[in-house]
Amino acid sequence: MILDSKIPEGPLAEKWSKHKFNLKLVNPANKRKYTVIVVGSGLAGASAAASLAELGYNVKVFCFQDSPRRAHSIAAQGGINAAKNYRNDGDSVYRLFYDTIKGGDYRAREANVHRLAEESVNIIDQCVAQGVPFAREYGGLLDNRSFGGSQVSRTFYARGQTGQQLLLGAYSALNRQIHEGKVKMYNRHEMLELVVVDGKAQGIITRDLISGKLETHAGHAVLLATGGYGNVFYLSTNAMGSNTTAIWRAHKKGAFFGNPCYTQIHPTCIPVSGDHQSKLTLMSESLRNDGRVWVPKTQAMAEQIRKGQLKASDVKEDDRDYFLERKYPSFGNLVPRDVASRNAKEAVDDGRGVGGSGKAVYLDFSDAIQRLGQPAIQAKYGNLFDMYYQITDENPYELPMRIYPAVHYTMGGLWVDYNLQTTIPGLYALGECNFSDHGANRLGASALMQGLADGYFVIPYTLGDYLAGIGPKPVDTSHPAFAEAQKAVENRLNTLLSLKGNKTVDEYHRELGNIMWEYCGMARNEAGLTKAKGLIQALKADFWKNAIVVGKNEELNMSLEKAGRVADFIELGELMVDDALHRRESCGGHFREESQTEEGEALRDDDNFAYVAAWEFTGENMPEQLNKEHLVYENVKLTQRSYK
Amino acid sequence: MSGNMNLTLKVWRQANASDKGGFVTYKAENISPDMSFLEMLDVVNEDLLKKGTDPIHFDHDCREGICGMCSLYINGRPHGPKRAITTCQLHMRSFKDGETITIEPWRATAFPVIKDLAVDRSAFDRIQQAGGYVSVNTGGVPDANEIAIPKVIADEAFNSATCIQCGACVAACKNASAMLFVSAKVSQLALLPQGQPERYRRVQSMVAQMDAEGFGGCTNTGACEIECPKEISMTNINRMRRDFFTAKLFKEEEI
Amino acid sequence: MSSFTKTFSTTMGKKLIMSLTGLFLALFLVVHLIGNLQLFKDDAGKAFNEYSYFMTHFLPIKIISYVLYLSIVLHALYALFITIRNNKARPVGYAQYNGSANSSWSSRNMGILGTILLIFIVIHMKSFWWEYHNGDLPYARYEMSLSNPADVTFTPLPFDGNPLVHSEYVDSQSGKEVVVAKDLYKIVVDAFGRLWYVILYVLSMIAMGFHLYHGFQSGFQTLGFDHNKYFPAIKFLGLWVFSIIIPALFAAMPIYIYLKQFGLI
Repeated sequence: MILDSKIPEGPLAEKWSKHKFNLKLVNPANKRKYTVIVVGSGLAGASAAASLAELGYNVKVFCFQDSPRRAHSIAAQGGINAAKNYRNDGDSVYRLFYDTIKGGDYRAREANVHRLAEESVNIIDQCVAQGVPFAREYGGLLDNRSFGGSQVSRTFYARGQTGQQLLLGAYSALNRQIHEGKVKMYNRHEMLELVVVDGKAQGIITRDLISGKLETHAGHAVLLATGGYGNVFYLSTNAMGSNTTAIWRAHKKGAFFGNPCYTQIHPTCIPVSGDHQSKLTLMSESLRNDGRVWVPKTQAMAEQIRKGQLKASDVKEDDRDYFLERKYPSFGNLVPRDVASRNAKEAVDDGRGVGGSGKAVYLDFSDAIQRLGQPAIQAKYGNLFDMYYQITDENPYELPMRIYPAVHYTMGGLWVDYNLQTTIPGLYALGECNFSDHGANRLGASALMQGLADGYFVIPYTLGDYLAGIGPKPVDTSHPAFAEAQKAVENRLNTLLSLKGNKTVDEYHRELGNIMWEYCGMARNEAGLTKAKGLIQALKADFWKNAIVVGKNEELNMSLEKAGRVADFIELGELMVDDALHRRESCGGHFREESQTEEGEALRDDDNFAYVAAWEFTGENMPEQLNKEHLVYENVKLTQRSYK
Repeated sequence: MSGNMNLTLKVWRQANASDKGGFVTYKAENISPDMSFLEMLDVVNEDLLKKGTDPIHFDHDCREGICGMCSLYINGRPHGPKRAITTCQLHMRSFKDGETITIEPWRATAFPVIKDLAVDRSAFDRIQQAGGYVSVNTGGVPDANEIAIPKVIADEAFNSATCIQCGACVAACKNASAMLFVSAKVSQLALLPQGQPERYRRVQSMVAQMDAEGFGGCTNTGACEIECPKEISMTNINRMRRDFFTAKLFKEEEI
Repeated sequence: MSSFTKTFSTTMGKKLIMSLTGLFLALFLVVHLIGNLQLFKDDAGKAFNEYSYFMTHFLPIKIISYVLYLSIVLHALYALFITIRNNKARPVGYAQYNGSANSSWSSRNMGILGTILLIFIVIHMKSFWWEYHNGDLPYARYEMSLSNPADVTFTPLPFDGNPLVHSEYVDSQSGKEVVVAKDLYKIVVDAFGRLWYVILYVLSMIAMGFHLYHGFQSGFQTLGFDHNKYFPAIKFLGLWVFSIIIPALFAAMPIYIYLKQFGLI
């Protein structure tokens, strides 16, 4: 299949405005004849649903949580980028565009990223108008901070909870439309299948998580805004409920999956403390401004620390290896996320990791505390230090923090064209669940930007074009495709409920996570990936034989919910491995050990891999078909990143 | 492992909203002090699943203290014995080996039990749907720096905005009153210039919805602000009262 | 529904009634206390009985007294309404409740404390207010030398079936001011001479102290009064004046009179 990205003609800076003009409009009186289904209520979903309802469309919104405000956008800490140039420090739409393309290691579409940069400024205006309490200066104007991957201060923030404040803004806009009757909200509903009628997405099958009732919902278009799939690794900074089911179901119905192997692994997370661990907690990367990363020089000393015979503070300066400062003298501890993460892994693999499990490196503030005094450090990072103390019971003012990388964000997702439409007409993907704007690595403070740009400022235009094209003829659930899809869901649920084996679903999930982390994590190679594929296939076969699912469908049944999600994760895991295996280059978050520079840095292969890998489902247990969208760079020059 | 604990759990089990429910006692054995409270329940649940029995249902999602989905009334207090944290951030080292821990759901008419420890908090959504927003459409808004907001006001609005909608205030209040929650939401927008045009309509609509949901009234015991994981202050409640009485006595907007 | 009824039927409106009536009652306590301090005078109850007459016959005060009765009734009634609603808000309680971890004992027990006070008020008003207005009270005749106000003679006039007329005049012959008044003082002294009555009073005043410890500052909060700089003053006043000094002085009266009969004071 030829992938048409529908990138508009013309100069980069004019593409979006020209495109907006060329898109068809829906007459205001006709808008109320359309129904749009939105799955997911995070930044992308809530903003899209509210904006579309404001335009006059009827919107149905679904979320699996007990309230739309719980979506995991809430957990973003740092901030949101916007090319406002309020600092007069040389920022511009073009610079944000350039930084994002470069940060993504030249694996994103120019036109999409430029649009994102253009809309970034509108997002801030919109959020302020809604009452989002961004940080301000004494003069009453908005404050900014700087973030990794750029040389300007363009990040707007609301203390350490920018994500929550932005989501509450979108949620309030959504609430207003619920009150107006334009949005019908379905909490505690999970989408379990997409319904395609005559080649077009026209509805979904949901399960009411309280009663277990399966419901069919019809709409003129279906928007997926269901977030990332980082939980395929079991341990990640994602919420426990974050899952791939909605996009995976859509994928199996014909939506191509773009770049599934692009995963962002964040270097500063609180390390795993034991087998019981259910989730990892991120700490803002701003900590690396003052913290120094080190491990002991020798394995013997690391062993002593692991056994509790030696305290970190007793390790002499000469016995410490500040490996980031040693290897990257000019960037030091402030190298990008992927580089910092990989180096931590190297140190641990070398047997020099610390902490009880040996899977951690130190982030030491003692120099900074000596230089600036404890109060200064407290003022800057107080709440992060408190959080660390709360979780680990170690006082980071006295002992160095232990940190380790953790899965944080997935750049891959459903393949979408410039209009955010997937390969199924009428099915759209917004926010983290699409693959679009971050290439192979996302810059800090850009996820919030993308989710809101998609929801507030892109989809209201591009969806109109599609809807005007298909016309307002009513859709309902009487088409046999709905009954068929519902039957398929029922069968699947019944099969799951019949599983009375001897291994819990969590055990499978943990096992999958181990495989993914070991072979498809921070560093990947052919042998490992090939092995992983076999392991995952075996795991899948075993799951459908030996998993334990209890209870019945007609109740709140978290065992059943989890089983369905993990089953989908297992299948996705295999596709991620396929994708990682085929991409024999390193780029951004995808590091193939076979493709590195002499100094051990990621080495791209632009001649052979400057494309988006869009995977097509061809049938159960069949290999997926690879489709390529070649990336054309008309404005930026592709270069090798160096942080020496 | 040494230092691990054995605990007795008294857990409220209730099959569904209409079931009568009751306490069931479980043993939680070999619990690491580094586990979070929810991870301890995960361990108990894994055990139950292996026996083919229904696990204990409880709400949780982000497990980093910000989504507000986790709840649990632990040993007589919402979110357990420690201040300013949610249950997911409570670690087992806060308990003693051999201790008996009583775990109950949030109790309030407005928060009916769905199953076991999971309750329905959609009343909070409905209160905000009644008016917890600034009525602006997407697009066509002024530049973000057009309105200067004094830092103290922005900070105070932020303090109110940190509410995570978990419902601990209702659970803690002997009257099951939602005043702290509602007032935090009302305050955020009442403080900011963007919220002024609808200020007096909003407070009346939201209070009316709060009453309609069946929450109790505030008697100023102050339990809510002590138990709030985000340390939202009772000042918000008094601010809302001023706005409410001002609206009723002196303003034209009536709802 | 009118805007007025709508306002007062909200949970906040109902609480406003509690606050306004409660604060009015607290203010009344101050007046009541000042008047009752006359009991400590060693004048055979002259000042006290004159004060009692004044309080029951001066028109503005009479009007205020009706507001007072209404306040008591409303305060108690609305407390009942609010309690019923609050109980409905949590029909299933907690098996384990650790209220002391997050709130004061007073704040959690206002209903019990209030009920004790209501019972006390009923007994108190039956003993004195009812007796004064409807009972067959003895009278007292006081003759005070105009040239020497300290020279007061007191003559009890026991009730003989015909109520006397309250009168105050100057006898030009003797040059003395004569006051004939209902002898409420005697009723008070008789009542406070009984130990159980003294104990009832002291316990009630302790309850009042706890009630006002929470109630006084809470009343202000319910009105929306809350200020970083000024609210601490309200709390201070609530603690020292309303929950300690006033109840203590009220409690001192029965104790004083009780001990006085044995000549202990």
